[in-house]
Amino acid sequence: MILPFFVIIPLGAAFLISFFGKRIKNFADLLANLGTLSLLVFSLYSISLVATHKILVYKVGGWVPPMGICMVLDGLASFMLVMVNLVSFLVALYSISYMQRYTDKPKFYTLFMLMLAGMNGIIVSGDLFNLFVFLEIASIASYALVAFGTEAEELEASFKYAVMGSVASSFILLGIALLYGYTSTLNMADISLVLFSKPSSMIVKFIGVLFLAGFGLKAALVPFHAWLPDAHPSAPASISAMLSGVLIKVLGVYAIIRIFFNLIGINKVTLSILMFLGAVSMLVGVILALSQWDFKRLLAYHSISQIGYVILGIGLGTPLGILGGLFHLFNHSIFKSLLFLNSGAVVYSLGTRDLRKMGGLQEKMPVTSNTNLVASMSIAGIPPFNGFFSKFIIIVACIQAEHFGYAFCAVIGSILTLASFMKVQKYAFFGKLNQKWQNIKEVPWTMWLSMIVLAIICVVGGLLIIPLFRPFLQSAVNVLLLGTGYKEAVFAALR
Amino acid sequence: MSEYILCFTLFCIGLYCVLRKRNIIKIVIGLGIIEYAVNLFFVLIGYRRDGRAPILAKDQVISNMVDPIPQALVLTSIVISLAVTALIVAIAIRIYEKYGTFDITKIRRLRG
Repeated sequence: MILPFFVIIPLGAAFLISFFGKRIKNFADLLANLGTLSLLVFSLYSISLVATHKILVYKVGGWVPPMGICMVLDGLASFMLVMVNLVSFLVALYSISYMQRYTDKPKFYTLFMLMLAGMNGIIVSGDLFNLFVFLEIASIASYALVAFGTEAEELEASFKYAVMGSVASSFILLGIALLYGYTSTLNMADISLVLFSKPSSMIVKFIGVLFLAGFGLKAALVPFHAWLPDAHPSAPASISAMLSGVLIKVLGVYAIIRIFFNLIGINKVTLSILMFLGAVSMLVGVILALSQWDFKRLLAYHSISQIGYVILGIGLGTPLGILGGLFHLFNHSIFKSLLFLNSGAVVYSLGTRDLRKMGGLQEKMPVTSNTNLVASMSIAGIPPFNGFFSKFIIIVACIQAEHFGYAFCAVIGSILTLASFMKVQKYAFFGKLNQKWQNIKEVPWTMWLSMIVLAIICVVGGLLIIPLFRPFLQSAVNVLLLGTGYKEAVFAALR
Repeated sequence: MSEYILCFTLFCIGLYCVLRKRNIIKIVIGLGIIEYAVNLFFVLIGYRRDGRAPILAKDQVISNMVDPIPQALVLTSIVISLAVTALIVAIAIRIYEKYGTFDITKIRRLRG
């Protein structure tokens, strides 16, 4: 049974790194990379497990749910695990050279692995309170990682993020308390069963609002987005890639869809709220991004906008919309982490994040420039790259569901994204080389290797929708389409 | 019923403190109040009138016990909030070293 290893490996690695990282040279680098690599292998193996068994339930300590805690691996969980562990492995590889700039690498890897343990835990957890505990592990590690540089701006961003994140966690805990009071159980499948047998009441709606506010803040949907543009650029670039690439998706989007689709059960009102929040985030994020001159801050605003696409797609509730939303979730994690790693490479060589001070970096840093071009075209939705397919599916799904206004918003958002990334390419990489940067060099090989791998995934990522690779995506979509049928699936797997 | 309303009031006081206060230490205290309110609410959910501690001994008959699960959960939640508070206070101290003030209206280098 591989399920507990998704939590045990990163937790154990964090423990060992914090103990021996200082004493043995290169131990932290080696263990973090081996740990994330093994997690990637395990998560790829989980695809084949899901293909044969559909759903797997692990009983922690042998106690039978609903009394005991369980871990659940289904299509959606395996899809998210592949995404998280793929990005985290490449980021760990990138960090070997990049984190030389900072002191105390072992502490960085300890926090990194703790964050990874939290995220994997959220994905595999089948118990609502366990989900909360893992969410807090991931959140606390990310607060500390945002402040890792301990400069004035970083501390300020981290404080803001920590305060808002803690308030969100309190909302989530309050929601869990109310739900426990109403159903007297914490197992997710069992909660769904109890809710199904009771008549619908106001309290469930109130719990829904609490969860939407709490997890919406973690996902940085628009009324709750204020922390993201400060926190994500302030972190070291490799952590920005993790935060924007996977953390907001696992803590926010995954938790929202798991709870609303599989636990409470989705209805028209919730769907239309999700769609509205998605469309607003999509437009507000991209409009705020247009006027930014700080490379990483611009990318952070685009994260808000792209999460809007994901939520809009999933909020449509149709099979095609959910497919588009989840596909965009995967694609965004790839190209946004690539963009943040590129910004890190620029900072590594130049030491500045201001786009106006760059220019003509293409001749000095060809790998960074070309991978950034690939990622920019992906995020803007230019045809052969992966971003095009997912955005196209979302827009088609909007039209199919007769939400023409939202389809129009999605097209506008896409055009503005393109405009914004043309600005990045023009100011940073094209044009004449600034005299000041005559002596810069391309970044070390571990950094460009992970950037090239991500760029290749950007190019071939569109292939996920061809029939050969489609089951990977389709099994995740099926979990959402199953809706509250999740409980029967879990209890059937227990027997 | 009144204890639930008081608990909710406590939550709102904490939220007010976080949203309206300018001193970052007061904001941290506000977060603490919010967490206390949620923990109190959790314990209240498990409360039974005239219930006794849920300890199973040989000669005891099982009757009218308070629910032990919320108490266990609250212990976990207290540990988590301890970690968060410790981290935020540490960040607040470093902020004071850098900016020389606890006033959030003066801690504003991030814009845009």
